[in-house]
Amino acid sequence: MSTVWVIVAGLAFGLGAVLLVQAGNPGNYGFCAACHLRDIAGALGIHKTPVLQYARPEIMGWVIGAFVLSKTSGEFRPRGGSAPLIRFLLGALMMLGALVFLGCPLRALLRLSGGDLNGITALAGFLAGIGSGIIFLRNGFSLGRARAISGPIAFAGYLPVIFAAALAAAVAAGASFLYFSTKGPGSQHAPVLISLVAGLITGAIAMKTRMCLSGGFRDYFLVKDTSLLKIYGLLFVSATVANMFFGSFKLGFTGQPLAHTMHLWNFLGLYLVGVSATLLGGCPLRQLIMAADGNTDAAICVLGMLAGAGAAHTLNMAASGAGVPINGQLAVAAGIVVTFAIGWMFREKALVEATV
Amino acid sequence: MTKKIDLRGYSCPIPLLRTRDALVGCDDLTVIIDEPAARENILKYAASQNYKVDCSDGKEEWTLHIVK
Repeated sequence: MSTVWVIVAGLAFGLGAVLLVQAGNPGNYGFCAACHLRDIAGALGIHKTPVLQYARPEIMGWVIGAFVLSKTSGEFRPRGGSAPLIRFLLGALMMLGALVFLGCPLRALLRLSGGDLNGITALAGFLAGIGSGIIFLRNGFSLGRARAISGPIAFAGYLPVIFAAALAAAVAAGASFLYFSTKGPGSQHAPVLISLVAGLITGAIAMKTRMCLSGGFRDYFLVKDTSLLKIYGLLFVSATVANMFFGSFKLGFTGQPLAHTMHLWNFLGLYLVGVSATLLGGCPLRQLIMAADGNTDAAICVLGMLAGAGAAHTLNMAASGAGVPINGQLAVAAGIVVTFAIGWMFREKALVEATV
Repeated sequence: MTKKIDLRGYSCPIPLLRTRDALVGCDDLTVIIDEPAARENILKYAASQNYKVDCSDGKEEWTLHIVK
């Protein structure tokens, strides 16, 4: 990847995230593939937490921006069929882990750039989760082959972008079938157009660079390639500088926006995300981008994330500023067991076909 | 030893890991893939390990011939 793209991606995500907070999003909440999807789940009525309901246009922008680039560059390819139900389950578990920490790996880094040291605990958990996931991959884990979809059913590959465009139009029009929070984090947001444009730009960039934090660590460990990690490094530095400039940098564990200080559960929450993301082949952001790119398995994973958000809030498993409820602690522990079981059960025989 | 491995339909990072495993004790490996991200990752890996790679031109599918 060229240095230019590393710089463009790092600055767009880092500065964009802080500017979105300045434009109205809650603290350290410029971009988050998990929390924003959770708010979308609320807007659609999948959960009924009144303060977490807003169809965040940043996510729709990601999907539309990635789709446009994928289509114009000729990379768009409808495909699917690789254990969709398992991907749905892993997506739900990935969302559960993220909502126990209160953020996806991207938001962990953005929280840290605002001085929230809980981001360090969470990122340590994420790294440990990737390490565990890689052990399963090395032992032959695979969810099986996907296949290209052609003919009329290739239309399925377009459904994510169609849904994203419809939802973006609905939130812009204030459609009555969507829920809109009147107080709390869901009521705090940048103007729709600003959020959407920020999403469109960063979505196209994420498609171009294949940004993925789990992929970044994997590339470093396996091939010593640091281009993806450099993007996240620059993202962190630019967001930190911007937070300092706007006076929104506050160093410490306590009193941070949309955060709690239960260190064990911050660690284990993103540990669960790390294992799930490695088994799924991408972090929450990457799943959204792949869904836009015609990957219907990734789209199923995103649906699993929406369902996971619904379950997490309906069954009192999601964390809040007050901490992680006992249901959430039990669910994360159970979720880790389930991911391990999936990692162990889905092993394939050697794939080498011919040896001469 | 010569090997051939068909990794079409697999998503990241499985193509890279399987390619890496297949290269153990092999100095002539042919890999078929259909995921652009996987192709880039394998090319990066091969370059980092000083392998020579010949990649077929393709739009939806590529054959990589990796030799020591």
